[in-house]
Amino acid sequence: MPEVPMLEIRGLMKSFGGVKASNNVSLTVPEGRITSLIGPNGAGKTTLFALITGFHKPDAGTVSFLGEDITGLAPEEIARRGMVRTFQIVQPFAGQTVRENIAVGAHLRIRSRTEALEKAEAVAKQVGLGDRLDQDASSLTVAGRKRLEVARALATDPKLILFDEVLAGLNPSEIRDVIPVIRAVREAGVTILLIEHVMQAVMSLSEYTWVLNQGELIAEGAPADVVSDPLVVEAYLGKGMAERMARREARHA
Amino acid sequence: MRQLVILGIVFALIGLAPFVIASEFWLNLVIMTLYAALLGQAWNILGGFGGQFSFGHAAYFGTGAYTVAVLQVQLGVNPWLGLVAGGLMAVVVAAGIGFSTFRYGLRGSYFALVTLAFAEVLRILSNSVDFTGAGVGILIPLDQGAANFQFVSKQGFFWVIWLMALAAFTVVWWLGNSRFGAQLMAVRDNEDAARALGVSAFRVKMGAIMLSGLFSGLAGVFYAQYFLYLDPYIAYGPAISIESLLVPIIGGMGTLFGPLLGAVGLHLISELTRELIGDLPGISLVLYGILLVIMVLFMPRGLAGLVNRLRPKSAATGARHA
Repeated sequence: MPEVPMLEIRGLMKSFGGVKASNNVSLTVPEGRITSLIGPNGAGKTTLFALITGFHKPDAGTVSFLGEDITGLAPEEIARRGMVRTFQIVQPFAGQTVRENIAVGAHLRIRSRTEALEKAEAVAKQVGLGDRLDQDASSLTVAGRKRLEVARALATDPKLILFDEVLAGLNPSEIRDVIPVIRAVREAGVTILLIEHVMQAVMSLSEYTWVLNQGELIAEGAPADVVSDPLVVEAYLGKGMAERMARREARHA
Repeated sequence: MRQLVILGIVFALIGLAPFVIASEFWLNLVIMTLYAALLGQAWNILGGFGGQFSFGHAAYFGTGAYTVAVLQVQLGVNPWLGLVAGGLMAVVVAAGIGFSTFRYGLRGSYFALVTLAFAEVLRILSNSVDFTGAGVGILIPLDQGAANFQFVSKQGFFWVIWLMALAAFTVVWWLGNSRFGAQLMAVRDNEDAARALGVSAFRVKMGAIMLSGLFSGLAGVFYAQYFLYLDPYIAYGPAISIESLLVPIIGGMGTLFGPLLGAVGLHLISELTRELIGDLPGISLVLYGILLVIMVLFMPRGLAGLVNRLRPKSAATGARHA
């Protein structure tokens, strides 16, 4: 594709003491799609999100968003340019209502309080929080709070949303409810990059996936291909596992 | 909008005080309550709405007070001009303290301790330079007249503090109904989440500390003109910082009417104890300490929280009767 990619990461490095949380990671997120980032616990996925969105400064490498270099900018500056993230550990503004929570996101583009509150209401309906607008955000269930994270990010009118495990901690029926919400966000023209552990979601939602292990990208491609990659299987299940599985399948065949 | 109406009614009722209260003693009590409400509301902007607990609001109060006093005594500047200068100087000091703390992301107890240190530094400075009168203090010469901000009757002072308090309360009402206020509360409740949504935490906190400093400074100007005497301990001492935070904590942090409730409550209690115990030196600080512990332990939402807890019940009974 000749056009400028939505997000382009080149050679991103970050160490915490002796741990290389991000080791020469490069990837390109195309516009208008849902892509995902997977990997075992501690692979450095959330760190990568934090590096992209300005919460950590990379030791080396560049992040460019819509062709502009945004490496090292403050999170609020990056959000203003149209890239927002959600948090794996949900971060509601406790003590404020659902409506007020979402309005904070809406205020990024809207000065008027009344209009921001109206926008918050519309977004809440979009993600299925329409009936809980005046509830205290801290009284929401985990599933409700995840929706709230999505809603707040969405209210900023972003071009790209980075979802950090929005499905973690939900039960299967809640996951089935939230997946269409995420799809609808993409339909509305927003590009999405997911971090996800729930493989059902990765497989059904994303068109392309990167696999991170110990800070390095070890595989990429369509989710269905990636999960059968021996390197990926070993990253998740341990050394030699891919071989044993292949042998077992051969025996059953 | 409803809150603005209530605010208007409350201030209109308070505005009746000089017409119905003949006794200087009682009018003085109303004036001192409004003054405490102004101090508390100033702190409430930064502490209650911004979540930045300052232990050193005397820095702004004292700067406002000393500015008007020094300009008058040393340079003969009219105190009404001094009022403007005092407010501005307090904003400048607030901006300086804000910049040097928020720039480096100081939060919570670190922020509290640094603000306390700044106020103490100013106290020691004002104690050692000549133009503030050093340890002896500064006496504003008596020269009564409205043009001199030295009213003959207490009524003049009443209207000045009434206007200042009204301005502070209106600004706080606006906080609850504006983008700036929403962003400030978002930073208070979760700074990282706010930043991820495009809120510049630094800018918002700077705005809050400057507004807060402005009203503390105005309270200082008022104090200087009302009592016509300042010394470093009065202006920059911990008593003002403590009163500033105690009023909204008792009344209800982050609420519009909390500081007013807190000021009334605090004055009732301190007058009561003076009646019962007499003017034992230091007794008010002991009392404030006990009060603070009780409030934080049992009523973290203050008197305003108590009012809110009672209200839904009566609303429910009202609905049942309807």
